[in-house]
Amino acid sequence: MLEPATRPRLEAGGHLLNIRGLSIGFTGRSGETLPILRHIDLAVGRGESIGIVGESGSGKSTLALAAMGYLKHGLNVIGGDVLFPDRDLFALSPGQLQDIRGRRLALIPQNSGQSLTPTLRVGAQLTETLKLHSNTAPERQAARVTELLAKVRLPDPHLIAGRYPHQLSGGQQQRVAIAMALAGEPEALLLDEPTTGLDVTTQAHILELLRDLAAQYGTSMIYVSHDLGAIARVCERVVVMYAGEIVLEGATRQVLSSPDHPYARGLLASLPRLTGSHLPAALDGIPPMPGGVGGGCAFAPRCALADSQCREQRPGLETTERGQRARCLRSARASEIPIAPAPGEAGRRPAIDDDRAALTLDAVSIRYARPTPLARLLRRAPAAATVSDISIAVIKGQTLGLVGESGSGKSTILKAIAGLLPVENGAISLPDNQTLAAEVERRNPSQLRAIQLIFQNPDESLNPRQTIAEIIAQPLRLYFDISGAELRRRSVEILDTVRLGAHYLERLPSQLSGGEKQRVAIARAFAAQPDIVLCDEVTSALDVSVQAAVLGLLDTLRRERGTTYLFVSHDLAVVRTLSHRVAVLYQGRLCEIGATARVYSLPSHPYTETLLSAVLEPDPDRAPRLAAHDAVESSPPAAGCPFQRRCARRLGAICDEQAPPWRDAGGGHRIRCHLPLDTLQSGPAPAV
Amino acid sequence: MNTAATPARAPARPGGAFAALVAVLADIARTPSGAAGLILLSLHLLVAISAPLWVPYDYREVNSLLILSAPGAEHWFGTDHLGRDTLTRTLLGGREALLVTGVATPVAVMWGGFTGIFFGLTGGRLDDLFMRFVDALLSLPWILKMLVLIVTFGTGLEVFIPTLAFFYGIPIIRVARAATHDVVARDFVQAARARGHGRMTIIGRELLPNVRDALLVEGAMRWSWMLLAFSSLSFLGFGVSPPTPDWGLMIANARGYMSFAPWGVLAPMIALSSLIIGINLTADALAKTLGVDRAQKAPV
Repeated sequence: MLEPATRPRLEAGGHLLNIRGLSIGFTGRSGETLPILRHIDLAVGRGESIGIVGESGSGKSTLALAAMGYLKHGLNVIGGDVLFPDRDLFALSPGQLQDIRGRRLALIPQNSGQSLTPTLRVGAQLTETLKLHSNTAPERQAARVTELLAKVRLPDPHLIAGRYPHQLSGGQQQRVAIAMALAGEPEALLLDEPTTGLDVTTQAHILELLRDLAAQYGTSMIYVSHDLGAIARVCERVVVMYAGEIVLEGATRQVLSSPDHPYARGLLASLPRLTGSHLPAALDGIPPMPGGVGGGCAFAPRCALADSQCREQRPGLETTERGQRARCLRSARASEIPIAPAPGEAGRRPAIDDDRAALTLDAVSIRYARPTPLARLLRRAPAAATVSDISIAVIKGQTLGLVGESGSGKSTILKAIAGLLPVENGAISLPDNQTLAAEVERRNPSQLRAIQLIFQNPDESLNPRQTIAEIIAQPLRLYFDISGAELRRRSVEILDTVRLGAHYLERLPSQLSGGEKQRVAIARAFAAQPDIVLCDEVTSALDVSVQAAVLGLLDTLRRERGTTYLFVSHDLAVVRTLSHRVAVLYQGRLCEIGATARVYSLPSHPYTETLLSAVLEPDPDRAPRLAAHDAVESSPPAAGCPFQRRCARRLGAICDEQAPPWRDAGGGHRIRCHLPLDTLQSGPAPAV
Repeated sequence: MNTAATPARAPARPGGAFAALVAVLADIARTPSGAAGLILLSLHLLVAISAPLWVPYDYREVNSLLILSAPGAEHWFGTDHLGRDTLTRTLLGGREALLVTGVATPVAVMWGGFTGIFFGLTGGRLDDLFMRFVDALLSLPWILKMLVLIVTFGTGLEVFIPTLAFFYGIPIIRVARAATHDVVARDFVQAARARGHGRMTIIGRELLPNVRDALLVEGAMRWSWMLLAFSSLSFLGFGVSPPTPDWGLMIANARGYMSFAPWGVLAPMIALSSLIIGINLTADALAKTLGVDRAQKAPV
């Protein structure tokens, strides 16, 4: 088996896929050609895996699809060609292309749940692929399907083959998609963000699988991602894209430890890390629109090193001292830009001195499915509550991070606090024993004003038909009853606090970038002058560089205004940068709660351990410790510890039968586990 | 802050409503079918408004010497069984129908739209019950329902307009409710609920702007249906009373002589169908412009 790092470099001519001077663009409204990709040169050798990294709009997906000879509607090739291995894909007939796709080149899409046919069993879909893209004899096909499903490490391949896609979890669907891509035994795999949208633990499993597949079968890979962490684990070479150009190319280890391009350095610096508790550095500005690049370097307007020469002269892709290829005139000075944030003022969080709670949850449980009359008649045991027995106090002026995978009940808890979902048991209360009514309609105006919500996706949370002025005016009118000049003055003031100018007022959300939209959503929440802001995955729809800026903004607002945050995220690194305390949730039950630094270090709950080890960091050597399996559970167990079925450190029957006790690790750090503290302190169990 | 002194401006879309209308019309006219529809429709409206000023004859002028005369230089579309000029009567024959449907359509869109949005937002048992009532109404043939009301209350604008508006508002309820369901689940509506806005504010500010396009397109479609319905009523003798010219009535009167004087039917038929085709083409182009898929958004 070949170790990725030691695989032999291929000489020119031995390339499997060779993209030469490729430019792709579309025709604008006034007939001009707007390029999306500009002069891309990229060669992929046999058995090589290349990562393409870039933020949204950088052209990385267009490049991946172009490598299959595919263009999205409206795009056309301006120049250059794609050779596979020596035939130009864009010169082939549709029939010839079809022979290559699937058999020699296969695509694994981002959201495989949507690319599988919902009405066909998994086995049937795989058989269809086999018929189309391989020479498998009909009587061998069933065996081959099982073989493929086993290859992607799905448990019980026979059972899985008989299931429909909706009966599988997101991670399992992604595995089926990979099996499908492997069916034709292709020479190259194109992966378009294959783990985006999956839980951290599932993502870690899929990445390890891809890494092993590449090493075992020598399949070439082109891995497109916005996530440097994912690339680190799978690819030996990285290409960084910006505004439709390759700006940096080099060995993964090199590029991740010390890139020679200011943009790549900025990207690295903007990644929140598990190891540091300080806020990542934001990359200011936004990338240019297609056609918006002038004569100079595309990155110059956002670059700290840019001088007048950079603004006038377009740099070429030159080999640097460290053997990377960088499109930068000042690459020799690139190391002046830090890639790890300096612990600044923003990073310091004062010790807990005032422990008055701004928000208290007392034994809260929430149940989605009410027992039907029939079930009640038959006296069936009701299903376990979606969220059960949550007691949390959120300290005034602090941030409490709420972490867990999808289905852990994080958002459910936020919705209940906001009054959008009824609480079955328990109480949610504000200071001075103000217990909040379960329904939002029965809360009084000051209670409504005190709690504001920021949603995950600003495209969904901002009304597309309202101007920014109207959006911000809503809470101002409702809570403060102001109008006219005063309303406008306040709106401008609020926009200013989120670093947006007054000229944004007349715009519609669709005219804003993702980061700007989320700033508007933040402005709308803060317009109410809230005491508590509930943040539901507020940065997960944003690019990393924008995410850093939004995190910084949130932290500044909290410090300036003494606002309390309940910050929900699946991303442990993000939570770490912002939170004073962290609560870990699994299946709607609390596993662990305590000060951030304590939760992120030993002793910790086995689930926290699993989560932490699965977090991706831009470090090729950081191998995750994977749990036995990544099967996501759809409902909590009826009794015992919620984590019983996935726990690597199970004790035995006691875990299934008895609810685990809370163990106090000191300083407010509590862990709910049957294992004694000193065992938890000793660190994780050996990998299974 | 220096911006504090600037007077508050109404937060209007850039250019205001008029510019938006012009932009939509320009967009409709971009496709050949949209342009054709728009031309047909505006021609009809223009004729309906201005015809009394320039029609060649008096529509009541009976001439026993010219009964059922063939088209010629004097009477381009011939004359009817009373010797009245068919062209004149055809040019004037759409006025009544356009007036009735022109008022009834916006009323139908408003009441159907509001009701649909209201029940779409409310949901639950009340919504279920009301929708069964809607289903029951829709299951009856429209002509039966309308005839019952007209026979009870008599003919005349004050009966036609509310009757048509009521019955044609019912399918709009469904469309508005379906469109609302798409929007209600989105986060901005949840955000408005969480802020504590009242139901009317949520309908007016969050839902209506997002359902508006579907309603506009549906309204345009219902308009053509209503025109057909009104003409059918006239044809059956329950619409416009003579001697006021009306296409449906003209077709009813002339159909007895169709074998030897086909122009009497042809002229009003061409007028009616060109108007309906014009409305349909415009509605289709409008749907495309506004991004509303008529096949999906119109379950009835």
